[in-house]
Amino acid sequence: MKRVRIDIRRKEGLSDPEGVATLRALHDLGYAEVGEVHFGRMISLDLPDSDDEETAGRVEEMCRRLLANPVIEDWTVETIE
Amino acid sequence: MKVAVVMFPGTNCEHDVVWALSRLGAEPELVWHRHTDLDGFDGVVLPGGFAHGDYLRTGAIARFSPVMAAVERHAAAGTPVLGICNGFQILCEAGLLPGALVANRDLRFICRPVEVRVESTDSMLTRAARVGQVLRLPLNSYEGNYIAPAGALARLEGQGRVMLRYCDAAGVVDDATNPNGSTNAIAGIASEAGNVAALMPHPERAAEPILGSVDGRILLESFLASMVREPATA
Repeated sequence: MKRVRIDIRRKEGLSDPEGVATLRALHDLGYAEVGEVHFGRMISLDLPDSDDEETAGRVEEMCRRLLANPVIEDWTVETIE
Repeated sequence: MKVAVVMFPGTNCEHDVVWALSRLGAEPELVWHRHTDLDGFDGVVLPGGFAHGDYLRTGAIARFSPVMAAVERHAAAGTPVLGICNGFQILCEAGLLPGALVANRDLRFICRPVEVRVESTDSMLTRAARVGQVLRLPLNSYEGNYIAPAGALARLEGQGRVMLRYCDAAGVVDDATNPNGSTNAIAGIASEAGNVAALMPHPERAAEPILGSVDGRILLESFLASMVREPATA
């Protein structure tokens, strides 16, 4: 068995109200060095130890069809164990 | 006219829609999301609520509910398909309308009447209204902030498919009268063919005087007037 981790975040340039509110709070707390804050979601999937290329293709498809919304989100996939 | 009012687990405005449409002379019928055909219906409504608990993203799981293949067939065949609130979010996830709805600018659930200005009458939802007409409708959402990639937004605007924008009682559209930060103050849009349309505010909750506004009627009447008499067999 292996576990993959999918990080999903709003596409650059699209509004991210949670990021903006959090950035404001960080600035209020004196962390003026923070430029932008982006929120996202992390999803982990447990998968059988099979052919890596096929798994990668299927995970990509899962992201495109369901886990992420390609209209507004980008994602990265990483095998973590 | 027979109208399918689709219920997903977590839908909560279906009875309001059924009530409002019945009062306008239509024959609405509740349809469970696991039904796979909508034959014999002249129109379809995806009402508000929290379909599938809004898990993953609003509308993300609902768009794969079995009934949605039939909704897509009806949409392609020209049947009027109306999304209200959560229904708008589902239609965007399904790709029947462009863009997406994300958290409100101020990260607050908004539950109050708002004004919207009719921008176009080229859709099944606004054909009985006048351009510039201001309607007062209840807004009831957390993810009501419309966003779309620049290209999709330019097409929507260029083709006159923005039907409703948030405004004040005088019809002024600006940042101060935009309740949720929605791009270009967009409150409702239509598909290219105009038969699929959706809005975030609730016309069914503004359909009789006791509810404080009857402005929603004009939208629901437009929707009903757009239906052909013969049942569609998409």
